[in-house]
Amino acid sequence: MTIKSEPFVVNIGPQHPSTHGVFRLRLTLDGEKITDADMVVGYLHRSMEKLAEERTYTQNIPFTDRTDYLSAMTGNLAYVMAVEKLMGIEVPERANWLRMMMAELQRIASHAMATGIFANDCGAWQTPVMHMFRDREKILDLFEMACGARLTLNYMRIGGVSKDIPPEWLPKARELLKELPKRFAEYEDLLLNNEIIIARSRGIGVLTPEQAIAYSLSGPMLRGSGVAWDIRKADPYAAYDKVDFDVAIGRHGDVYDRFVVRLAELRQSLRILEQAVEMIPDGPVHARLGAATVQPWGQAVAPLAFRPPEGEVYARIESPRGEIGYYLVSDGGPAPFRFHIRSPSFINLSALKEMSIGATVADAIVILGSVDIVVGEVDR
Amino acid sequence: MTKQLTGLEVAHRIEERFPGSVEEAVPEYLMIHAEKLVEVLTWMRDDEELWFKFLSSLTGVDWIDWFEVVYHLESFKHNHAIAMKVRTWDRDKPAVPSVTGVWPGAHFQEREAYDLFGIVFKGHPDLRRIFLWEGFAGWPLRKDYLNLPGGEMPGLERFPGEPGVELSGRGTE
Repeated sequence: MTIKSEPFVVNIGPQHPSTHGVFRLRLTLDGEKITDADMVVGYLHRSMEKLAEERTYTQNIPFTDRTDYLSAMTGNLAYVMAVEKLMGIEVPERANWLRMMMAELQRIASHAMATGIFANDCGAWQTPVMHMFRDREKILDLFEMACGARLTLNYMRIGGVSKDIPPEWLPKARELLKELPKRFAEYEDLLLNNEIIIARSRGIGVLTPEQAIAYSLSGPMLRGSGVAWDIRKADPYAAYDKVDFDVAIGRHGDVYDRFVVRLAELRQSLRILEQAVEMIPDGPVHARLGAATVQPWGQAVAPLAFRPPEGEVYARIESPRGEIGYYLVSDGGPAPFRFHIRSPSFINLSALKEMSIGATVADAIVILGSVDIVVGEVDR
Repeated sequence: MTKQLTGLEVAHRIEERFPGSVEEAVPEYLMIHAEKLVEVLTWMRDDEELWFKFLSSLTGVDWIDWFEVVYHLESFKHNHAIAMKVRTWDRDKPAVPSVTGVWPGAHFQEREAYDLFGIVFKGHPDLRRIFLWEGFAGWPLRKDYLNLPGGEMPGLERFPGEPGVELSGRGTE
């Protein structure tokens, strides 16, 4: 008697703890080996690009929080930078430093989540992620102090930031910066040389530097493959040209290297913040715009609606997940004619098939974890 | 700092190599004729002086009279960037060549542009809708696809709060 074998299709998701949101993965298997991988997305598609076409430039800022909700600051920043580029607005120095500090705090919070959840995928069920939530919590407290919100922050404004930090913010931040190195040492002790994590992630999902570039990957996915490309260095925005930091890169391009790059970036963000709390200058936090309205507490903010000149811009920054870019086309009206978000989570998924073929189902979970997707940003 | 190459700088080099391929060259972008697109972009990827190995973003724009596909290219080696465009005038069956052969990273982004604009990318290996389901009626990001039933409401041609428009309702108190 002969035993017939046929390819077997496994559905993972949309509701599954390791898909990091409503994301569905269809794997075709030959025994344990993956022969084809297809992703099904769109469960969270809100068509922000269409909605933004009938809202003013200022009204669109909250949308950018809700794309990458684990890193709202960088979403805000990329968008307001695109509008500023379109209108030719110069941002005051203090606002630039505040933007950089908030973006780096957000990077720590986001990478802490990413590495914690990745450890979850490797089997360290919930313990590392709880450790990291503890530290993320303190960063969210700082955000709450600065702008009143914790997750969807809506802090950046066209021409600056919504309000200056209160006087007790900097001491509180310094306190946190003293505490974080101990925490990071703890993570590194627990996770970096962890036998299970190494066994699960070394040599899996390997991408060569050429492949990483060809697949348009960015962020830790690209740097994990050994390409030293960081927009903070290559095209400095905010105040990144005034601080000293290094770009972390991996050597083998596997899942483990991406994880190590994220852990190393925590240290670099800390380094930037330590310099920033000492160097931040005084001054206004919002540019004076032509028809700016003055709020009761004496602060100038961008008017609700204005008409930028005709033209198109593409502005991009380095978010925790990679290059987040905003492509805006203005026809001279009060709302953008076209509003496109180049989201790193979505584009980083293009290499998922390449990485998964030949791996096992258990590896597919770890590979997906190493991409670090936020489904709000994949679907927009 | 990343140097933003203007369309004019690159246009004459492309025109030398591929005569008649440049449709429009302005400081912001460079527009290529659709039939020469893949050739030109492949050359731009492999040329040592341009080295555009990274496709940063690909997206469509509906200009009502025509559709455009915009490519933002970046070179890590020389740290410069450029915006390229291609245009299609056919509103019923818009089609441009696919660049998945040049950059595999275009795969999902072309599927996205097809899903939301209905632009067909000829030569794409697996052109299906990505966010919306097969059978969804219409192409949401086209300008004639309105999300308010009945179209724009009278009186909303200008936004409330714009200079010269009085705020009405609760805002005035």
